[in-house]
Amino acid sequence: MIEIERISRAFGGLQAVRSVSFTVAEGSVTGLIGPNGAGKSTLFSIIAGALAPDSGAVRLRGEDITGLPTHQLFHKGLVRTFQIPHEFSRMTVRENLMVVPARQRGENLIQSWLRWPRVVAEDRAILRQADEVLDFLEIGHLRNELAGNLSGGQKKLLDLGRTMMTDAKAVLLDEPGAGVNRTLLGKLADAIERLNRERGYTFCVIEHDMDLIARLCDPVMVMANGELIAEGDMATLRRNPQVREAYLGTGVSGNAGEVAS
Amino acid sequence: MIEIIQLLINGILLGSILALGAVGATMIFGVLRFAHFAHGDFMAIGAYFALTVVTVFNLPVLAALPVAMLLTGGLAILIDQVVYRRIRRVQPVILLIASFATALVLRSFIQMVWGSSNQVYQVGIQLPWRIGPFTLKPDHLLIFAAAAGLVLIVHLFLSRTRMGKAMRAMSDNMDLALVTGIPANRVIMWTWAIGGALAAAAGVFLGMDTRLHPVMGWTLLLPIFAATILGGIGRPYGAILGGLVIGCAMELSTLVIPGAYKPAVAFAIMVATLVFRPQGIIKGNA
Repeated sequence: MIEIERISRAFGGLQAVRSVSFTVAEGSVTGLIGPNGAGKSTLFSIIAGALAPDSGAVRLRGEDITGLPTHQLFHKGLVRTFQIPHEFSRMTVRENLMVVPARQRGENLIQSWLRWPRVVAEDRAILRQADEVLDFLEIGHLRNELAGNLSGGQKKLLDLGRTMMTDAKAVLLDEPGAGVNRTLLGKLADAIERLNRERGYTFCVIEHDMDLIARLCDPVMVMANGELIAEGDMATLRRNPQVREAYLGTGVSGNAGEVAS
Repeated sequence: MIEIIQLLINGILLGSILALGAVGATMIFGVLRFAHFAHGDFMAIGAYFALTVVTVFNLPVLAALPVAMLLTGGLAILIDQVVYRRIRRVQPVILLIASFATALVLRSFIQMVWGSSNQVYQVGIQLPWRIGPFTLKPDHLLIFAAAAGLVLIVHLFLSRTRMGKAMRAMSDNMDLALVTGIPANRVIMWTWAIGGALAAAAGVFLGMDTRLHPVMGWTLLLPIFAATILGGIGRPYGAILGGLVIGCAMELSTLVIPGAYKPAVAFAIMVATLVFRPQGIIKGNA
């Protein structure tokens, strides 16, 4: 579904991403892991259109989307969340979902006056949809709370909910588990699994919590020093000496090899 | 005591005019991130549009109000498309300076078309009503009612309509608004239309209360910015409250200092707010 082809990007002298290629298959939950500074977030920003690559291409269902601005990607069904949860803090939880536009008519200066009944009917439909999403995520009781008052974990759920208001088919999650307590993390993982299974969402997830990755993701891509060093399912990767070295540092590879053998 | 109440009546009158200007200025700041220096001149040109309608068609001022609002809203969109749109991607300070230039152009335009002398909507003296010890002009009541009506409409727009919500979303978190696909350009156009229309209404009310002259809006720009800052920049409900507070403070100040220093009171409040409570007087919501 998302094909990443020989993407490179440097910041000054630092080669953040070095000719990385992989494919996020339709219907998969693909993990992207690696130590800090591996280039995961840079790659994410390039896929999401927030950053232009020096070379290489990103394709969505075969269509070249390299360097398209985020709002255009949004309308093509590619949505991202942020590492630090973003919310419209001075709006209610429900309103946070309702502002996400999906071909609404209420925005046209003239039509909004001429076709008032239709706009109202659409508004009701969007309100219902927002409430359904909130119930799905089990945060329905917070619907009239200001989003700024939510906990970090609840904001992450709201981030996920925002992607559910669209026809999004591919969702990029940047560290959904960071700073989320255990109970809420389970809920978040449930929601991701259900979205994947029941609604056919494709996910690409950056995450440091290996339990969460192991539970959700297959396949998993491993990056280190800007390069893709391994891919496969989590069980295989745990035994991969190169992956261990990337996480534990050089000089451990011999020991890691011994442990593995 | 009687004097204080009379000043409060005048203060609320001035306050509702400031509030209408401040709502537009604060929404423009929230969505576009710059202080719009031509906002006072939007007020003035709105007032003069109404003057033309009043003199040409011989209509009452309130009937000319919607026409003036519509024309000024359209003019605001036009100015945005011609001037501001091209420089939106550069630093906000460039926009600010461009708006300053726009203000000068608008003022000169008013002087060219309508002349630079004082004018009024209606010649003749309106007898004020005497209610006990207080005086109130019939016009004042009209201004109160119309301003309250407009504020209510703005509230319904911001809380009920999709565009209103999108506008609040953009001023709340620009990054998120863009990744959630909120149509930025359309929101910006709506913001100008509404900001311009409300400024025109404020200008017409000011003209009804006093008189029309080319710098009528410019002189109110400082109190309007003060109201914007007091209410928390980018917060429409705060701007309404800020406008009323500044209006009352300016009028009440004449108890202790000469009336000529009224703008200084607004300035002092603005500085004090920036030093002690830069996020504005309203907590959390709005």
